[in-house]
Amino acid sequence: MSMKETLTNPIFNNNPIALQILGICSALAVTSSMQVSFVMCIALTTVCAFSNLFVSLIRNHIPNSVRIIVQMTIIASLVIVVDQVLKAFSYEISKQLSVFVGLIITNCIVMGRAEAFAMKYPPLPSFIDGLGNGLGYSFVLMAVAFVRELFGAGKMFGVEILPLATDGGWYIPNGLLLLPPSAFFLIGLLIWAIRAWKKDQVEAPDFKMAPNTVGSGSHSHS
Amino acid sequence: MEHYLSLLVRSIFIENMALAFFLGMCTFIAISKKIQAAIGLGIAVIVVLTLTVPLNYLILEHVLSEGALAWAGFEDVDLTFLGLLSYIGVIAASVQILEMFLDKYVPALYSALGVFLPLITVNCAILGASLFMVERDYNLSESVVYGLGSGIGWALAITALAGLREKMKYSDIPEGLEGLGITFITVGLMSLGFMSFGGIDL
Repeated sequence: MSMKETLTNPIFNNNPIALQILGICSALAVTSSMQVSFVMCIALTTVCAFSNLFVSLIRNHIPNSVRIIVQMTIIASLVIVVDQVLKAFSYEISKQLSVFVGLIITNCIVMGRAEAFAMKYPPLPSFIDGLGNGLGYSFVLMAVAFVRELFGAGKMFGVEILPLATDGGWYIPNGLLLLPPSAFFLIGLLIWAIRAWKKDQVEAPDFKMAPNTVGSGSHSHS
Repeated sequence: MEHYLSLLVRSIFIENMALAFFLGMCTFIAISKKIQAAIGLGIAVIVVLTLTVPLNYLILEHVLSEGALAWAGFEDVDLTFLGLLSYIGVIAASVQILEMFLDKYVPALYSALGVFLPLITVNCAILGASLFMVERDYNLSESVVYGLGSGIGWALAITALAGLREKMKYSDIPEGLEGLGITFITVGLMSLGFMSFGGIDL
């Protein structure tokens, strides 16, 4: 697999959220505002890329039985660094993200990539893979945040786009989009859209309705 | 007493871990195909949350927070920045110990919960509850109640979703929406339902 494919594959073809069901928790919780989700994307992409890099660097020295704990320690230390940087340089946003920066530790994308990719490949491809998966996550996050903020509050990155009816404009905001359930609906619809475009991602149904044999085959002679 | 009851109801229904804060979503979606498995995982989450939230409270109060190490001669050491690392360590360790304990003394429960216990370490609902406990300054008894309540809430949500998904196997879903897509929309509707608990205050 070439470097470019390693980077771009996770964005559409093998998206961590839409196909692998990884790391959904934070994807839903922070998306009511674009600015906050943007910071979250940067934080996750950084952690994912560097955790892959470091895990890959020491992959030949990690005893197999304690590898999860070693990975967890690396990830947790990186998250602490990100958390402290956020607190120092943009305290407001760090307050809004509240516990969700800390929850990057248990974000399955980071753990999953460290375990599935970084343990097997050299540092550079691992770094790129982490970057690609971070971007795939960011793509879904920003798409959801875009819809939620634009139609829920009439804003993009906090700048007014649709003048609200309450301020003398014409747009009446859809309050539902700022509430938790809308995030579920939007991700569901986004998955539908991606699968309508890329047919091979459709899951095989557990049960298939048997074709109706009575009306067509056996009674056709009458 | 009333205060604790109110906290319990709030953490089960109003501030439901899965449906209001989206925590533990990965396992929530992945393990909700069968009711039996969902109940097993739900019980494991209740047990682990009730243990780890108070445990992390004790760690925070007696080791990490500013001046907590005064007894050891470190008057003004503030270790709160190590919080994340210690909470996840405590969670991983207690899950491991719980697993060994159950294996030795309660083998019946161990075989029922066995496969789910290791999964729980990386369930964000567990770490999330500890972080909320820190953010909201709960005391020891409040953190026990909060851990129990949010565990019950999560278990309730995953069992309900598993029930819905078992019924949904037979429905005719548009192509492309099958599986993951329709599950998300179902969870969205459930979350809408749980929002009607909002405003209940004992």
